[in-house]
Amino acid sequence: MLAMTIVVAGSTAHVAAQQSADAEQAAVERELEKYRKMMRDDPWSNPALLDADRGEELWKKPAGPKNVSLEKCDLGKGPGVVDGAFAELPRYFEDAKRVMDVETRILYCREQLQGIDHAEFLKNPHPGGGARVKDIGAIATYVASKSNGKTFAAKLDKPEERAAVELGKELFNARMGPFDFSCTTCHAESGKRIRLQPLPYLSKPDEAKKVVGEWPAYRVSSTHVMTMQHRVLDCFWQMRMHRIEFGSEASNALIAYMVKTAQGGEINAPGMKR
Amino acid sequence: MKTFSLTLAAAGLSAMLAAAIAPLHADEAKVAAALKEAFKRAPEDWAGRIQPDETMKTCSKTNNSPSAEQAKAIEAREKATIKYPADGKLLGDWKEGEKIAQSGYGMRFTDYPPRNPNGGNCYACHQITKQEVSFGTIGPSLLEYGKIRKFSEADTKAAYEKIYNSHASFPCSLMPRFGTNGVLDIDAVKHLTALLMSPDSPVNK
Repeated sequence: MLAMTIVVAGSTAHVAAQQSADAEQAAVERELEKYRKMMRDDPWSNPALLDADRGEELWKKPAGPKNVSLEKCDLGKGPGVVDGAFAELPRYFEDAKRVMDVETRILYCREQLQGIDHAEFLKNPHPGGGARVKDIGAIATYVASKSNGKTFAAKLDKPEERAAVELGKELFNARMGPFDFSCTTCHAESGKRIRLQPLPYLSKPDEAKKVVGEWPAYRVSSTHVMTMQHRVLDCFWQMRMHRIEFGSEASNALIAYMVKTAQGGEINAPGMKR
Repeated sequence: MKTFSLTLAAAGLSAMLAAAIAPLHADEAKVAAALKEAFKRAPEDWAGRIQPDETMKTCSKTNNSPSAEQAKAIEAREKATIKYPADGKLLGDWKEGEKIAQSGYGMRFTDYPPRNPNGGNCYACHQITKQEVSFGTIGPSLLEYGKIRKFSEADTKAAYEKIYNSHASFPCSLMPRFGTNGVLDIDAVKHLTALLMSPDSPVNK
């Protein structure tokens, strides 16, 4: 009888603490939702749009040793076509002989068309807290914004693209580092959270569709635009891995896998995240 | 001869068909090569971070659902790595344990050179004390962990072992092998054991 009382008391305490945490979480979510609604009601309030504007300027302005603009850059729909291009990325590019996401492709165009050397950039491709997103990220934000409201339509059905998606899936499951983490540690079940932060189940199309199309996004906690390449790096940081190489086969494969899972989902880019 | 070339042609055709229909499977070597390229700027002594050991290979390959036979092999292998305090005392200081449970510091690329002791970041995944409401839900709640187990010696040892290397009890557990992987030392594992199993700990109040 005593043992039973202890167990009951224990579970009551458990339930109470759980309820209070749930209530707190719900309150935080409500505030965030209010914030997001204000943003939707006034789409011009997202600071990422400043970076999209900067990206548009960088796209159109002649630059680099060859002093040309990026307006002949082929993002997959033909040279210079920006509208809807992001919705069909990543994809396999015959000229580069590899699968590329939007950022990798922009870097490629800057090298090929403008003659820009990215050796220094690749050592440190992402902004620190408070600094604005770098030029390639700004251009990616511009390109993504030109697919806002469209649905992800990357077919990813060529052999090279299927291989990338398959590699991405393997990498998603691969446990590594001193903490034995993989992407699935946090993103392979519905309704879980880390501390109070809800975690999307990214292998599940319904959940991937809701979140993958929000990147690049203005991240309130770091006060800058975070691109998908940067977001992937951030997960590897938490996994106690080193900085994943910008535009590497592995990061593009992971992005291809997530976009494939999110196929048919709406693009809401640039988004706004916590 | 004719039969031979026909057979060859048929084999070639079926291989082509298989390539067109079957999902392409990225093999281990391809994953390893992709990871090597992806982390090519990592310090040399980080090379081990992209080389999975036998246990991690099995867990990744089976989506953390090993067969009964694989599970048995993992349990035995991981159990053999657990080191115990020389004096046999498994309970440290729960107050130190609480600090370790709160801290997510350590082994991230921004944590070098080390400025603080490594944390366990237990609250990221577990509910532990009633006082801390910012907890994750990937792992089970540990509220009243010791009380429910009547603070028994056997359960204290089991708790120590689960923190040191959870795969010895739950093969392909999602939890880091804190002791075995050198994240936490024996004293830190003792402090966390005290957080769970000490009657004075807020976990059990």
